[in-house]
Amino acid sequence: MTAEQDVITAPKPASAARHHDGLTHEQLLSAYRQMKTIREFEERVHVENASGAIPGFTHLYCGQEAVAVGACEHLTDADYIISTHRGHGHCIAKGCDVVGMMKEIHGRRDGLNGGKGGSMHIADIGKGMLGANGVVGAGQPIAVGAAIACKLRGEGRIAASFTGDGASNQGTVFEAMNMAVVLQLPKVFVFENNGYSEHTGASYGIGCEDIVKRIEGFGIPVWQADGFDFFSVYEAMGKALEVSRNGGGPTAIYCETIRYFGHFEGDPQNYRAKDEVQRYRAEKDCLLKFRARMEANGGLSTDELDAVDREVGALIERAVQEARNAPRPRAEDLLTNVYDNY
Amino acid sequence: MPKKSMREAINEALHLEMARDPSVIVLGEDVSGGAGGTSGQRDAAGGVFGLTKGLLPKFGEHRVIDTPISESAIIGAANGAALAGLRPVAEIMFSDFIGVCFDQILNQAAKFRYMFNGAKAPLVVRMTVGAGRSAAAQHSQSMHALLSAIPGIKVVMPSNAYDAKGLLLQAIRDDDPVIFLEHKMLYNDTCEVPDGDYTIPFGEGVLVREGEHVTVVATGQLVKLATGVVDRLAAEGVRCDLIDPRTTSPLDEELILESVRETGRLVVVDEAPPRCGFAADVAALVAREAFASLRAPVATVTPPHTPVPFAPELEREYLPDAARVERAIRSVLAH
Repeated sequence: MTAEQDVITAPKPASAARHHDGLTHEQLLSAYRQMKTIREFEERVHVENASGAIPGFTHLYCGQEAVAVGACEHLTDADYIISTHRGHGHCIAKGCDVVGMMKEIHGRRDGLNGGKGGSMHIADIGKGMLGANGVVGAGQPIAVGAAIACKLRGEGRIAASFTGDGASNQGTVFEAMNMAVVLQLPKVFVFENNGYSEHTGASYGIGCEDIVKRIEGFGIPVWQADGFDFFSVYEAMGKALEVSRNGGGPTAIYCETIRYFGHFEGDPQNYRAKDEVQRYRAEKDCLLKFRARMEANGGLSTDELDAVDREVGALIERAVQEARNAPRPRAEDLLTNVYDNY
Repeated sequence: MPKKSMREAINEALHLEMARDPSVIVLGEDVSGGAGGTSGQRDAAGGVFGLTKGLLPKFGEHRVIDTPISESAIIGAANGAALAGLRPVAEIMFSDFIGVCFDQILNQAAKFRYMFNGAKAPLVVRMTVGAGRSAAAQHSQSMHALLSAIPGIKVVMPSNAYDAKGLLLQAIRDDDPVIFLEHKMLYNDTCEVPDGDYTIPFGEGVLVREGEHVTVVATGQLVKLATGVVDRLAAEGVRCDLIDPRTTSPLDEELILESVRETGRLVVVDEAPPRCGFAADVAALVAREAFASLRAPVATVTPPHTPVPFAPELEREYLPDAARVERAIRSVLAH
C-alpha cells in the first residue's frame, strides 16, 4: 500500500486533545483532505468524461463536499452508509480507495467493483459502504436493514443514508422513515437538498416546500445544518448520532447545498440562471470557507493546507494515470459474480 | 416417519434454522401479529397463514420483526440486513404484492453481487402463489416465470411438504437472494417429513414417476394433478416420466433433456400465464437442444392469457385440470 492510500483510508484517530472547533489537529487535516480529495476527484472526472475516457452516465457531487465529509467524519468502517446515484463524494468520505474508484469509473477490470458497477454503483462492503444506487430513493429501506443488523448486534454501530431533495418525494423514503421509527433503529437520515432533482427545481418539486416538516411528521428529530459549512454539518451529525447510537431511534440532519455541475455530465443546464453556480462558487464554496476559517483561527496553517492540496493533486493524478493504463475486463468476466453458485 | 403438512414443514424449517444460526431473522407484516393490538397476545397470528407461528416467543422481537404494511421497506430492509451480514427471511404475504416492491428485487437484491464485486446478499423472500381459493386477480397469481427471468435471484417452488422443508433450509443457507414460492393450495397437504435437518440442492429436479412414452414436466401444485393423470394412464399402458423441477431458476435442464431424448414427447403443465412463460421456456429449451429427438410437437397446459378470475366456475376453467393434462398427453402420443 502506498503512502497516499494509507493516508486516505486510515481509520479516524481517537479523540485526543481537542482544540479548534472541537476537533483535533488530525481531524481538521483529515476533514480538509477528504473534501479536497472529493473536489479534485470530481473536477478531474469532469475533464476525463469530456475527453470521452469514461463510459456511461456520471453524476458529480462537486459543491456538496461539506455534507459527505461532515457526516462521515463521525463514522468508522463498522458503521454503514448508503448513497445515491451522485455517490463519489460519499464513497470517498467513507474511506473507499480513490484509485480503485477512478479505475471503476473508467470501467477497468481491477476497479473497486471489477468494472461491473461503474460510477452509479460503487460499493465497498468492507468499508461499510453499501453502494451508490442508480434508483432514486431505493437506498433508504436498504439502510433500514443495515440498521436492523446494527441493532441486533448491539455494538453501537449505526447506518446512515444519504438522500436528495428529489428522493424525498419517493414512497420508499417515506416507508423507510416510518419503519425506522416503528423499529427504533440506529439510523441517521442525511437529507441533502442541492436545489434540483435532475432538471427540476426543488421549489417546484417539493409540494410542501419544507422537507424538515415532512421528516418531523414521521416523529424523527431533525437537526438543520449549513450544507456549505463542514463544521455546521459535523455538529448536526454529532447531535443526531448521540441520539441514534445510544438507543434513541432514528434521527435526521437536513442540509441545503448546491451542485456545481449538471444532473449528469453533458447536461447543458438550460434550467439554471447563467450566474447561479459562479455566484455560489465565489461566495459560499465549502473549501474556501474551511480554509478561511482555519487561517483565521489558526486551526491549520496555510502551509499545511497547501501541503494537503499538493498531496491530493498527486493522488488524483496517479489515480487517473493508473485508471487509463488499467486492464480492461475480459469477455469471461461477464459471467462472474452473477451467483455465488448456480 | 412422521407425516406433516407443508405448513408444519415450513414452520419447522424456520424454527430449526433460527435456533442453529443466530444471524437468521424473520420480518414482514404480521409475522407474529398482535403488535399494538388490545388483546396483549403478541404471537396472535404467527403469519396470516400461520407459517411463522411460535417464532416470536422463542426468538424474541429483535429477530422476529413485525413490520408496517410496507413492501418496499420490507424487501429493502432484508436487502440491507443481508448486505450487513444477517440472513433475513422476509415475508410478502401474496406474491402479487411484489409490484409494490419490485425495484428492491429486480434492481437491488438481484444485482448486488454483480455490481458490488461479489458482495453477498443472502436473503430469502417467502411469498404465496397460485389460484384455487377464489382470491381473485390480485391475490392468486403465479409469479415464478416473471421472477425466473431475472438473473441474480433463485426461484424455488416446492410441490410437497418434504421438499418445502429441505428447500427452505437450503434457501436460508444459500448465499444468493432466493425467492421461495409457496402455493396456498398445498399448505394442508401432508407427507412424510423427517424431524431433523436436511437440505435439497437447487437445480436438481426429481423424477416423480418413470416411463418411456412421454415426458411430463409439472410445477408446484400441478405436480399433484399431473401425478394423478400419469398414474391413471399407466394403468392402461401409457407410461410417463413425470419431472418436478423444484426450482425454476436454476432449472435442471439435463433431467428434462435426458428424458425427452428417451421419450421423444414433451408435455409441460404450469400455472404461469402462457406468454413468455415457464412452459414456453421449457418448450424452447427442448426445441433448441433436443429437436432431433422430438417425435411430436411440444404440448403445453397453462391457464389462458388472462388475469385470474374470481368466480369459482371461472377459476376452475382458468386452472389446468386433469382432463386437459390427459388430453395433452394423448395428443403427443397420437403423433
